[in-house]
Amino acid sequence: MSRTPLDTVEHAAATPDVELPWAELGLKKDEYERVVEILGRRPTGAELAMYSVMWSEHCSYKSSKVHLRQFGEKAPRSDALLVGIGENAGVVDVGQGYAVTFKVESHNHPSYVEPYQGAATGVGGIVRDIIAMGARPVAVVDPLRFGAADHPDTKRVLPGVVAGIGGYGNCLGLPNIGGEVVFDACYQGNPLVNAGAIGVMRHEDIHLAKASGAGNQVILYGARTGGDGIGGASILASETFDDAKPSKRPAVQVGDPFQEKLLIECTLEAFREKLVVGIQDLGAAGLSCATSELASNGSGGMTVTLDDVPLRDSTLSPEEILMSESQERMCAVVEPAKVDRFLEICEKWDVIATVIGEVTDGDRLEIFWHGEKIVDVDPRTVAHDGPVYERPYARPSWQDELQADDANKLPRPATAAELKDQVLKLVGSPNQASKKWITSQYDHFVQGNTVLAQPEDSGMIRVDEATGLGVAIATDGNGRYAKLDPYTGAQLALAEAYRNVATTGAKPLAVSDCLNFGSPEDPAVMWQFAEAVRGLADGCLQLGTPVTGGNVSLYNQTGEAAIHPTPVVAVLGVIDDVARRTPVAFQEEGQLLYLLGDTREEFGGSAWSQVVHDHLGGLPPKVDLERERLLAEILISASRDGMIDSAHDLSDGGLIQAVVESALLGGRGARLVVPDGLDAFTFLLSESAGRAIVAVPRSEEVRFNDMCGARGLPVTRIGVVDGASVEIQGEFELSLTELRDAHEGTIEALLA
Amino acid sequence: MARVVVDVMLKPEILDPQGQAVQRALPRLGFEGISDVRQGKRFELEVDGPVDEAALARIHDLAESFLANTVIEDFTVKVEEVAEAAK
Amino acid sequence: MTARIGVVTFPGSLDDRDTQRAIRLAGAEPVALWHKDKDLHQVDAVVLPGGFSYGDYLRAGAISRFSPVMGTVIEQAKAGLPVLGICNGFQVLTEAHLLPGAMLGNDHLHFICRDQKLRVENADTAWTADYRAGQEIHIPLKNMDGRYVADEYTLDQLEAEGRVAFRYVDFNPNGSQRDIAGITNEAGNVVGLMPHPEHAVEPLIGTGRTDGLPFFTSILKKLVGA
Repeated sequence: MSRTPLDTVEHAAATPDVELPWAELGLKKDEYERVVEILGRRPTGAELAMYSVMWSEHCSYKSSKVHLRQFGEKAPRSDALLVGIGENAGVVDVGQGYAVTFKVESHNHPSYVEPYQGAATGVGGIVRDIIAMGARPVAVVDPLRFGAADHPDTKRVLPGVVAGIGGYGNCLGLPNIGGEVVFDACYQGNPLVNAGAIGVMRHEDIHLAKASGAGNQVILYGARTGGDGIGGASILASETFDDAKPSKRPAVQVGDPFQEKLLIECTLEAFREKLVVGIQDLGAAGLSCATSELASNGSGGMTVTLDDVPLRDSTLSPEEILMSESQERMCAVVEPAKVDRFLEICEKWDVIATVIGEVTDGDRLEIFWHGEKIVDVDPRTVAHDGPVYERPYARPSWQDELQADDANKLPRPATAAELKDQVLKLVGSPNQASKKWITSQYDHFVQGNTVLAQPEDSGMIRVDEATGLGVAIATDGNGRYAKLDPYTGAQLALAEAYRNVATTGAKPLAVSDCLNFGSPEDPAVMWQFAEAVRGLADGCLQLGTPVTGGNVSLYNQTGEAAIHPTPVVAVLGVIDDVARRTPVAFQEEGQLLYLLGDTREEFGGSAWSQVVHDHLGGLPPKVDLERERLLAEILISASRDGMIDSAHDLSDGGLIQAVVESALLGGRGARLVVPDGLDAFTFLLSESAGRAIVAVPRSEEVRFNDMCGARGLPVTRIGVVDGASVEIQGEFELSLTELRDAHEGTIEALLA
Repeated sequence: MARVVVDVMLKPEILDPQGQAVQRALPRLGFEGISDVRQGKRFELEVDGPVDEAALARIHDLAESFLANTVIEDFTVKVEEVAEAAK
Repeated sequence: MTARIGVVTFPGSLDDRDTQRAIRLAGAEPVALWHKDKDLHQVDAVVLPGGFSYGDYLRAGAISRFSPVMGTVIEQAKAGLPVLGICNGFQVLTEAHLLPGAMLGNDHLHFICRDQKLRVENADTAWTADYRAGQEIHIPLKNMDGRYVADEYTLDQLEAEGRVAFRYVDFNPNGSQRDIAGITNEAGNVVGLMPHPEHAVEPLIGTGRTDGLPFFTSILKKLVGA
């Protein structure tokens, strides 16, 4: 970058013909011309750095924005929503004066390049988003997607990612309570490492990223700034990250969870003493993002002296300081009278804190270096007025053929013995097998409020010790369903997460999402994206659960091959008393098993079609969101009134998968009878949505049936909790030992 | 100015799973003929002033009480480079 | 009257508030102690909680051991102050040589979080009197550096003097020598263990068991009865 002489604003104005490396920084020609037009002159190097990172796909959502608007336009009325889309994370009212903030983000590309650090810093970033809202982080969840379980590179990526999530989250003292692990060859070169976090605060403690009040001081605190991931923000979202040009340093940032833990405690202490006017974490685009967003969300005026930024590497140029993605840093706006106390708290926690700027009564963001002005911009043009693209999209030509390749017509097991073999193969297949080897590397217990953690249907955390108020979270997404039909696939992800929350007894309230797709420059991918967003927005409207925020990750593809469209949906719910939660495990012999909902012949995208036939085709299961809502009401009422002792949602792998999990977790078997009107194969393996199994104590049988009958939910008695095996009467029997061996050994054997 | 290097190694009798993991990976990477790997820590101390016997003795104490845990670890102290400006 | 039990917060302590809750549930009064403060504020006993103090950098517990508060804790522990070290606290106690041996990385090189079965080997310490010797309990375990090592002489001595307080049963989760999960000093006032009793004090929470509560009722009875 042109650094001699220093490229000041004055110098830029005087030298309009100097060529700047806008293309290498990821800007398109028209985008660069737009910057020149906004400024009325060519940008300085520092300004170019800021615009290029802030206008990258990752920071500006330039390809996705036009579609994401639907989340706002179609948002259901919800009294629960305190802070909506646009802030660091959404905030939901959970009652009793408590508010909960939650969000899911992706750290896909960095985790492929360097699995441990990529995943670790992903956790770090999402946790800082939560702190920046004023909340104490209380739990994390990690939806993960990897290539084929037996592919050699999966053995490189998965253990590193898992160790990174554990290494960072465990060290922060955050229980890891949920998430998923899915294997599919489509994620081979593009693993999806999504990270979610939940935080809890009192209503009055909500903080926003806003710099207002002329004279207020801008304080940078946390780690020193180094050369980490310079240009990473651009690289993250540009077409290729593997052939990085010389000007782009590697996108690997190294995390220091110890520093982050200090940052959490120090920030929360400052909040408690009401010292903070506005706050922003430094993530992608570092100081460029924090200063421009804080300023533009306030009155607009801010001056920053870059010389005051504490550096780890004294050779960094001002442009690099602005772009650095060094982890574990935050930026707070503090009234002058409170600055001393703020700095004192930082010192108590051994956190470096420095005043680097001031809010002004103007509307320009001005940044100085060695006494010279190197940035003079309207911060809104950096943070909010980025380019918006109406990318062309078109239903791919192969979609019809894919849907016509009906999975319902695949050869089915001809005998009971064959059905038994296929069931055993299924429950031991990597996607259906126990993920204990992975989840046991995460701390579930820290903070002493964990009510439920994986493999439960949703994670649940107690919020108030006295009243038992709690929150639940589930994340789901099925790329196979979404590939067959992105609109329905997105709704199925929503429906499953919603159902999972209700299955544990909590009332679903709000949604966050992480939308993982291929290249937006491919009209087919863009169509998948548009359809998924439309499906999700329509679904949220119908279920009354607003989208509070989220994240889009594009360019997840290797060459021409995009990943399956993978919208991952997180649903947050509330439960008045965690003592009423419903676990997955069978609790007591003799309890009656009921199947709730309708079972149809639905095998498109199913686990069975994948494991037995290596097939993907047909249509995904039908979605009936009214039915999902009714099912949820029944599950919540049954939990509240003590009518059920265990419940499990039915999804991939069908009924047999759910029964096997409940049996193994409870150490109790089940005897099942195939209901009238269904064949054993469809009964056990269909993936019809809107279903759950529940275990009902005999004393509650009449009351439970009456409730379902009165509300019109189909309910079928299918068996009883009993013995040390899972027996399908007239078909086959599998001992719990056999099932355990098949279900629990797979992942360790492949990856340990 | 001088640099003093303190190397800390697990005692020979203490199991070193990290070293073993490295060793197990060697054949996979095509390295033969390495019968054992043990992993340790290296500390580089930039010392102001002369590194005389008194300074080395202090660093020895530092290594013994802090940098190494002598229940499980051994250590060595060596001077790596002395700038000519040293008095 | 009740007892005042201090819980030290080091930078990077994680289970300090959970430990305070466990103390409160047992009926004692928790007192927060800060690592930079030498003063123990007249507490009757001290718990060093779990976590990753100083990020476990250098060695787990190695930096905390030199904090101002530890100077006082070491001095008073030698004079009989009851001290319990849980997980990272146990690591601090071995680094401070209040307990023999040392903690190393798990033999399988992974962090491990599980509901761990233990046998109470010594029910005569300040922190274990509410158990029976030989009693089997389940306590959550979660650690990266949980492998207890000591030389053969020390191990034999610990066994001979009945100073192995807890042993892993059915499964050794980290490669600890002789399945040792926790030990005590000669006087029985200083106890350290890797599993987390403070995570097993409430039904419904965590594993839903309350097998860890007797740690805190033991010390309360000792202090109040004394």
